[in-house]
Amino acid sequence: MTKADLSRVVYERHGGLSNKEASRLVDLILEFIKQGLCDGERVQISGFGTFLVREKKERKGRNPQTGEEMTILPRKSVVFRPSKSFQNGFS
Amino acid sequence: MTKAELIEEVSRVSDLTKKHSEIIVDTVFKSIINALHRGDKIELRGFGSFRIRQRESRKGRNPKTGERVDVPAKKVPYFKPGKELKELINQSQEGLEGAQAQPQQD
Repeated sequence: MTKADLSRVVYERHGGLSNKEASRLVDLILEFIKQGLCDGERVQISGFGTFLVREKKERKGRNPQTGEEMTILPRKSVVFRPSKSFQNGFS
Repeated sequence: MTKAELIEEVSRVSDLTKKHSEIIVDTVFKSIINALHRGDKIELRGFGSFRIRQRESRKGRNPKTGERVDVPAKKVPYFKPGKELKELINQSQEGLEGAQAQPQQD
């Protein structure tokens, strides 16, 4: 499923929206989440899950192609914790 | 940020009522869940992808009693942030210095 498929679902479920508007709304939602994470916020969507920014420490790594050792600088990453109801559907 | 705030933002920026914005926000997240249930993978450009990851069974401990327990194998939803999102959050504080280490390219 791609962003286009997601936009189509939004479009089909909601009369009164054009295809283009549906696609703009999907983008808008993703942009808001991104912006929140950028500001260091956690983004909590009930019934879905929480996105949060994690600090990763510096560590030694290897270039998988050359085997050469290198230092991976500290950086941030986004983690997603699915909510209980989302999680439960799979186990 | 909560879902309610997200809905409010959507309604503020678009001309939609709060009610309608809520339906749209819910549709987006429900569709992602439904797609994963169907065994689909979701790829949202510039944001990231969602898929199901298999977790092997393992031995764990009950943190309260210290008793050993078997944790069964399970499937869990997994989100992998996209390149653009990773770059964005690393830019926000330390400027360019927060960028990831790059191996020397030949």
